[in-house]
Amino acid sequence: MKNKLLARMARLGGLSSALLLAGCEMDVLDPKGPVGDGVKSLIATSTIAMLIVVVPTIILSLVFAWHYRQSNTSAEYLPKWSHSNKIEVIIWGVPALIILFLAVITYQTSHSLDPYKPLEAEATTKPLHVEVVALDWKWLFIYPEQGIATVNQLAIPVNTPIDFVITSDSVMNSFFIPRLGSMIYAMAGMQTQLHLMASEPGDYLGESANYSGRGFSDMKFRTLAVSGDEFNAWVDKVKSSSEQLDGQTYPKLAAPSEANPVEYFAHVEPGLFNTIVAKYNNGMVMDTSTGKMIQVQSAMSDMNMKE
Amino acid sequence: MLGRLSFSAIPLDVPILVGTFLGVAIVGLAVLGLITYLGKWGYLWREWLTSVDHKRLAVMYIVLALVALFRGFADAIMMRTQLALAYAGNPGYLPPHHYDQIFSAHGTIMIFFLAMAFMTGLFNFVVPLQIGARDVAFPFLNNLSFWMTAISFVLVNVSLFIGEFSQCGWLAYPPLSESQFSPGVGVDYYIWAVQLSGVGTLLTGVNFFVTIVKMRAPGMTWMRMPVFTWTAFCSSILIMVSFPVLTVALALLGLDRYFGMHFFTNDGGGNQMLYLSLIWAWGHPEVYILVIPAFGVFSEVVPAFSGKPLFGYATMVYATCSIMILSFLVWVHHFFTMGAGPDVNAFFGIATMVISIPTGVKLFNWLFTMYKGRIQFHACMYWAVGFMVTFTIGGMTGVMLAIPGADFVLHNSLFLIAHFHNVIIGGVYFGYICGMNFWFPKVTGFKLNEAWGIRAFWFWFVGFYFAFIPLYVLGFEGMTRRMNHYDNPEWHIWMLIAEVGAVLVLLGIVCQLTQLFVSIRDRNLPANRDLTGDPWNGRALEWSTSSPPPPYNFAIVPHVHGLDAFMHDKENGIDTRHAGGPYAPIHMPKNTAAGFFVGAFSFIFGFAAIWYIWWLAAIGLIGVIGTVIARSANKDIDYYIPAEEVARIENEHSRKLMAQAAE
Amino acid sequence: MAHDTTVQTAGHDEHHHESPVVFGFWVYLMTDCIIFGTLFAVFAVLRNQFNGGPSGHELFEFSGLGLETALLLVSSITYGFGMIAAHKNEISKVIMWLGVTFLLGLGFVGLEVNEFAHMIHEGAGPDRSAFLSAFFTLVSTHGLHVTCGLIWIVTLMVQLMGTTEIPERMMNKLTCLSLFWHFLDIVWICVFTYVYLASMI
Repeated sequence: MKNKLLARMARLGGLSSALLLAGCEMDVLDPKGPVGDGVKSLIATSTIAMLIVVVPTIILSLVFAWHYRQSNTSAEYLPKWSHSNKIEVIIWGVPALIILFLAVITYQTSHSLDPYKPLEAEATTKPLHVEVVALDWKWLFIYPEQGIATVNQLAIPVNTPIDFVITSDSVMNSFFIPRLGSMIYAMAGMQTQLHLMASEPGDYLGESANYSGRGFSDMKFRTLAVSGDEFNAWVDKVKSSSEQLDGQTYPKLAAPSEANPVEYFAHVEPGLFNTIVAKYNNGMVMDTSTGKMIQVQSAMSDMNMKE
Repeated sequence: MLGRLSFSAIPLDVPILVGTFLGVAIVGLAVLGLITYLGKWGYLWREWLTSVDHKRLAVMYIVLALVALFRGFADAIMMRTQLALAYAGNPGYLPPHHYDQIFSAHGTIMIFFLAMAFMTGLFNFVVPLQIGARDVAFPFLNNLSFWMTAISFVLVNVSLFIGEFSQCGWLAYPPLSESQFSPGVGVDYYIWAVQLSGVGTLLTGVNFFVTIVKMRAPGMTWMRMPVFTWTAFCSSILIMVSFPVLTVALALLGLDRYFGMHFFTNDGGGNQMLYLSLIWAWGHPEVYILVIPAFGVFSEVVPAFSGKPLFGYATMVYATCSIMILSFLVWVHHFFTMGAGPDVNAFFGIATMVISIPTGVKLFNWLFTMYKGRIQFHACMYWAVGFMVTFTIGGMTGVMLAIPGADFVLHNSLFLIAHFHNVIIGGVYFGYICGMNFWFPKVTGFKLNEAWGIRAFWFWFVGFYFAFIPLYVLGFEGMTRRMNHYDNPEWHIWMLIAEVGAVLVLLGIVCQLTQLFVSIRDRNLPANRDLTGDPWNGRALEWSTSSPPPPYNFAIVPHVHGLDAFMHDKENGIDTRHAGGPYAPIHMPKNTAAGFFVGAFSFIFGFAAIWYIWWLAAIGLIGVIGTVIARSANKDIDYYIPAEEVARIENEHSRKLMAQAAE
Repeated sequence: MAHDTTVQTAGHDEHHHESPVVFGFWVYLMTDCIIFGTLFAVFAVLRNQFNGGPSGHELFEFSGLGLETALLLVSSITYGFGMIAAHKNEISKVIMWLGVTFLLGLGFVGLEVNEFAHMIHEGAGPDRSAFLSAFFTLVSTHGLHVTCGLIWIVTLMVQLMGTTEIPERMMNKLTCLSLFWHFLDIVWICVFTYVYLASMI
């Protein structure tokens, strides 16, 4: 019953916002993935719930102000009236009820839309792992299963859950693909997680949503959501690149650069991501599946990668 | 010898700054020349700069706030113009280095030097008068607070012409603000300016807390206190609890920068998330510090112009206090996207929403104050009704951002920018300007011009919607804040509309200046003069004294017999003033230059610390300590106004009142 | 610490406000308490971030600490004697007890500076690790407060010299300093237990 109502309200909200802003490209309100869909209906539902109180308040402000103007001597004037239990109950009660309703959906959606929660997909689709490193001022994407890496271009197969693990080798950034839904911070020495999925093919904007300095405005990447076959073809294309990412080439890449072009790396040193995290933690890194701290054992871990 | 400071720190290569400098220099010289020509230096020094009178300090605070408004707005319109130009390959006219300083300075100035200074100005003027006191508890500290605020604002502006300002946003998140990523002096300017003004703010908080607790007129119980005083009280508590946290956060950042410590660095075990927690443990209460007094202004204005008591006084007080307490339980909503986990996020999201209940109650209280009233559409009421409409929308978008799931796509977007401008312009700024229109005759003895006031309102009101509704839309289109240029053509049209809004707001500011000019020019017209001290048929004690009030505020401390003390007396035929005496000599604090000198030495200290000029910093520090000690040894700090003088002033006011009544 | 108290002492009012100076200073101390509280919280967050450097267990020595603590606690008592003398208007005794308090406080600061110098010399300075940053900042914030207290004591001693009676304004200053000094004692006890003892166990 409640869910049905929610769904109907969400549809109504989507409709009204679509009407309101017809004709412009609303990345956030026109999502291309399940996470974005969830966020969108949440925004719509909560907006409608609040409009129940907001619209009457605004109308009453204007109506009262107009009706009880000084020149309207026909309006009733009660110069002493300043208290009414009935009104008090309503003005505390109605907002409280709406907030109670919003609190319930807040609690539910905080869990259902938790960026750390793996997405459900058909049992046959294996999630794709992508490791994301925010650099000054570009995004490095490492595909550990494919052994490749790219800069400022993220290709993902549609209808496949993508498990992102995100860190930064510089200042704080926020990893955000508006069309797909939620964002999460990228912070040095830490690993944050995000689960997204594209349900429609397309070329979507990706950006940093946390100001990170001089080159921030150009810290953009393209997200190519493609079919499984196209994705494999893309992997092959990356693998045909002549560039490699290892202890020698990484510091060069990590040095600050602005409006960095797309780069492909045919091979990436295994464990690079952990090494980047560990260099801020005395060589330790947290295993995201167990939550335990482990010593990084990689060929690169003894290399001095600090600036 | 001069630390990091060299001739190259002066940005002669940036034409905008050279032009600004010339403009400031010309205007500054003109003002100084005018004062010299009129021979007013002595007067200015004796009667204003060294004044410990809360009414004089209030005026200086508000002048400071208006100067900060111009500076902050200049930044705003420059940003809007940049973004109206800089798309599809056009770099605009502001390179990132300059643009990043502008948005950092805009936020810092608008919050610390416009809003805080304006708020303190209103506190200073209104609170002692409303509670029937002759001044605040610590008049000298009050003067000191002003100077700490003023020199900090000067420090921010010095950064325009010597060196640079912070490029890390108004809260200077590390690790970006650490010396590794921001080695210049910009962040140091930010740290010292905010720290020094923080000293002033903290002392203001203590001062008003003690004033309200200890110095209320006899009979003024807590539940007879005017709502504005209640809001000043809550705001002072918030200042006292939250500003020390800001002091610590910025001090630790400073220690990282100056001594290579590792509080918030990437390496060495530092924890950048700790800074976010600390800065927002201050930052969230801070927005309530600002907006609660604005609520207080409306709670005074709406009853006065509706010809009715405030609806639900007790509810209003409880709502204010619950907002004060809840404001400490919500700071994590500023970083839901840091990965704290769903339960933590849900807790802070729900706590945030709960605040909207008492806030909503307040809105309804003002609504029902208008209900069955006789509303006089004075300029104040325009600001009040404009506020009710605008703030409601801002509150709604605030609740949207408080839902973690929604925040995951709206965080740091222009939707967020639109939201907080919606509550800060629509709430704080509208409130303070409303208060200025309301209390102006009390300060000066003449009213502000109505027509220009209403014009200013309409430009601000319409301009606000033009400037910020597009930002809501852009937030939904995925545009983040602090971008210097972009290549998405979809965004451009909205940026153009926002630019139109900024121009409308500019016209609003021009109207406000015109309003001030016209009002001062026509101050002697009989229609504009406030001879009775009670131009709006006011309800609280400040309207019982003359306009402007005598130095001692109340010749005889009034006795309070009920809520809305002055209205109660008027209705029951009680003479609040006890006209005719008998009068006694009144003990008053003497003006002192100590506050000015502590401020001046603090400025030297701050400037020297920014540039690593250690000998000069030592001089500044010793100067501060020496001035404080000298002040403490000074025994000549008070005087008496003789009873005959009090009688003369009071009888003259009585004559004016009688003449008015006879007309 | 010069507070004006003059306005509200308007003589003829039947409603006489007592001086707000001591209350105001107490309120100010509560804000100071929040500064220390925040620093304690920061220390709690960073106390295990050794960054490969020494831990508190390896660094802290009990002997010096015991002496520091004793000096500060005794100085609170001697200040108390000073206050008793002040209430009896025995100015030379007040000056004497303030002098004793000053010397004890100076001893405390001296020992602390010595401890810090020793640690920095061993390569365990505040830039070594986040733990040490938090440690040095918390402890030296307390030390800086004590130093301010010492300057304040000297100022009052000089102001008291050659006077024959203690007016209300001076009594207020002595009371405020008394609050300040005892407050620093309480903070030190928290520092001692939470920073030193808890690290040594």
